[in-house]
Amino acid sequence: MSQKTSVSSDQSTAKPLAAGRHGERISTLISSKRAKIDRQIGLELFRDMTLGRRFEDKCAEMYYRGKMFGFVHLYNGQEAVSTGVIGAMKRQHDWFCSTYRDHVHALSAGVPAREVMSELFGKETGCSKGRGGSMHLFSQEHHLLGGFAFIGEGIPIALGAAFTSRYKRDALGDASSNAVTAAFFGDGTCNNGQFFECLNMAQLWQLPILFVVENNKWAIGMAHERATSEPEIWQKAAAFGMAGEEVDGMDVLAVRAATQRAIKRARAGEGPTLLECLTYRFRGHSLADPDELRAEEEKQFWAKRDPIKALEKDLTSDSLVRADELRAIEKEIDAEINDCVEFALAAAEPNPKELTRYIWAED
Amino acid sequence: MAGTLLFNALRDAIDEEMARDSLVCVMGEDVGQYGGSYKVTKDLYEKYGELRVLDTPIAENSFTGMAVGAAMTGLRPIVEGMNMGFLLLAFNQISNNMGMLRYTSGGNFTIPTVVRGPGGVGRQLGAEHSQRLEAYFHAVPGIKIVACSTPTNAKGLMKAAIRDNNPVLFFEHVLLYNLIEELPEGDYVCALDQADLVREGKDVTILTYSRMRQHCLKAVEQLETDGIDVELIDLISLKPFDMETIVRSIRKTHRVIVVEECMKTGGIGAELIALITEQCFDELDARPIRLSSQDIPTPYNGKLENFTIIQPHQIVEAAQQIVLKGL
Ligand SMILES: Cc1ncc(C[n+]2csc(CCOP(=O)(O)OP(=O)(O)O)c2C)c(N)n1
Ligand SMILES: [Mg+2]
Repeated sequence: MSQKTSVSSDQSTAKPLAAGRHGERISTLISSKRAKIDRQIGLELFRDMTLGRRFEDKCAEMYYRGKMFGFVHLYNGQEAVSTGVIGAMKRQHDWFCSTYRDHVHALSAGVPAREVMSELFGKETGCSKGRGGSMHLFSQEHHLLGGFAFIGEGIPIALGAAFTSRYKRDALGDASSNAVTAAFFGDGTCNNGQFFECLNMAQLWQLPILFVVENNKWAIGMAHERATSEPEIWQKAAAFGMAGEEVDGMDVLAVRAATQRAIKRARAGEGPTLLECLTYRFRGHSLADPDELRAEEEKQFWAKRDPIKALEKDLTSDSLVRADELRAIEKEIDAEINDCVEFALAAAEPNPKELTRYIWAED
Repeated sequence: MAGTLLFNALRDAIDEEMARDSLVCVMGEDVGQYGGSYKVTKDLYEKYGELRVLDTPIAENSFTGMAVGAAMTGLRPIVEGMNMGFLLLAFNQISNNMGMLRYTSGGNFTIPTVVRGPGGVGRQLGAEHSQRLEAYFHAVPGIKIVACSTPTNAKGLMKAAIRDNNPVLFFEHVLLYNLIEELPEGDYVCALDQADLVREGKDVTILTYSRMRQHCLKAVEQLETDGIDVELIDLISLKPFDMETIVRSIRKTHRVIVVEECMKTGGIGAELIALITEQCFDELDARPIRLSSQDIPTPYNGKLENFTIIQPHQIVEAAQQIVLKGL
C-alpha cells in the first residue's frame, strides 16, 4: 500500500552533506507529482505562507519587547506544510489538530490574526479568551481542535474527531459526513506510544485522518537519528498496512498534491494516510532556546530551500503572477499584522471575576 | 417483580440512554462482543452495532483521548476502564484534555464524557487490580467524580452522568456488582451532586462511599444495640462534595467519622475533613476521625488484605470512642 516517491540514497556513494541524512533525504527526493494550480490558488498559497512567516517574526519581536510570555514556538521554515495541507482541505468543515507550535496552523485554518495575537498577549479577545496562551490555541468556529502542549496527546484527539465523522456517516446514516481530520506533529513525537496506538486504530477502523509529520530533524536538542531506529517515518505506515508517503516539506505544491491524494482517499472511506514532510525550522526550538546544537552549515543548507522563495520562483517563472503582485500582498500582510498587534495591545484583559469561568459546561 | 443486580442496573441505564440519544456510544476493551469484563455492556453490541459499542485495542491513553476528541466534535462517549486502575495509563488524557481542555480553550469546547469501570479492593486481586483511583484523580480540575453503591443509585447516577455535559468519572466497585434490589419504575435520574442520607441519627455522622457503605451499615446495626444513633451519609459525589448535606448533619451530631477505602494519605477523607474544619470547626465536639486503608499496596494474602482495609468492627469502635468517651 505504501508508495515510495523518493529514490533512496546510497550511503556509500552519497556526498556527505553538512545537513546529514535528513538533508540527504531531501536532496534525493523526487517530488514527481506536484499540485497543478491556477493563478488564484497561487496567490492564496503565497498569502497564507507569507502571513505565517511575518506573523511569527512579529511574535519574536513582541516576545523580546516583553509583550508575550511563556514558551513561544515559532514555525518559520515550515510554512509549506501548514499551507500545503490546510490549503488543500475544506476550512470550517474538516478538522485540524496542532501542537504547541500552533500559531500558523491556526492562521491557515482561518482563525483571524487578531484573535491569535490577542491570545498570545493573554487578552479576552484571544481565540481561547486568554486562558490558553501560545501553546493552547483553540477555535471551534474554525475547527481547530487545539494546540496541545504535551507531546503526542493531540493525536488521539484528532483520532476522535475522525471517529465522529465515521460515526455520523455509518452509525447515524448521515451520508454527507465526510470531514477529514489533519493531525500535525513533529518527528520526535513519532517515538511516542500515542502515535503508534493511533496509527493502529485509524487503519483498523479506516478513519478519515491524515497524520502529518513535520520532520524538522530536531526535537529540541535531540537529533532525529539519535532518537529513532528507523528515521524514515513514512515507512512506519507499512507496519499498519497504511498508506504512507514522504514529501518535500519545503515545497508547498508537493505537500498540496500529497494532501489532495490523501484527502481523496479519506473522503472516499479508504482510510488514513501517514504523510512525512521533510522540513526544517529556521529558528530555535522556542524563543527561549539558545539553539547551540545545530550546525551553521545545516542551517544554511535549509535556508537555501526557503519554501516561500521557492513558491515565488514557481509562480513567477510560470508567469502565473508578477513579482510586484507578490510585493503588494506582502504590504497587505504587514498592514494586517500591524493591525492585529494594535488590536491585541488595546484589547481588554480577562475579567478577574471570571477566573473560574469555563470550568463547567454550564458556565 | 424480581430484583435487579447492580451490573444490570448499570447496563439498563446505558441501554436506555443509548436508545434515547444516538450520539451516546461506548468504547473500551472488550465492551462489545464480550459484553464487558463485568457484563455491564452485555448484548449492547448486538443491539447497537460495532461503532456505537466499540471494542478498542488495549491502548488506554489513546482511546480515552479519542473519546475526548469525539466529544469535542459532537458525540457523547462512555469510556469503560476494564479496571479503573488501568486508567493510570490514561492519566494524561483524563487530566490535560478531559478535565482541563474546556477551560484552556476559553469555553470553545465541551467534553460530555463518562469514564466508568470497576475499582476498589476486591477479593485477593493483588495490588495493581485493587486501586482506588478516585483519590488520584481528585485534584484534576473540571471533572466530576461519583461513586455508586446500590443498584438503584447505580442506574439513576449512570443516566445522569451520561446526560451531563461535563466529564464524569464514575466509580463502580468490583464487590458490589451482584447487589440486588428492586428498582423504581420508569425513567428516573439521580442528582450527581447530592449525598444520600442513608440513615438519620443524632449521635455521630458517618460519611462514606462506595463499598464501605456496606461495612458502615453492618457497624450501624451493632451500634444500634449499643444505643448509639448514627447518621449515615453516602457521599455519592466525591467531587464536588455535597457540603450542604454534610454540614447540616454535623450541626446536628457535632461528631464526624469518615470511612473510606482509599489510602489515608492524599485520600478523599483528607480533603473532606479539611473542608469540614474550614466550614464548621466550631460545631465539632470532638476531633474528626478518619478510617482509611493503610498506606500500602494491597497485599494478596487474604488476612493481610483484610487488615489493609477498614472492617466493620473498627467503625463500631471508633463510633463508641467518639460518642461514649467524647474522644
Ligand atoms: C510529554 C512531553 N514530554 C516532553 C515535552 C517537552 N518537549 C516539548 S517539544 C519537545 C520536542 C518535540 O519535538 P518534535 O516532535 O520533533 O516537534 P518540533 O518541536 O520539532 O516541532 C519536547 C521534548 C513535552 N512538551 N511533552
Ligand atoms: Mg522536530
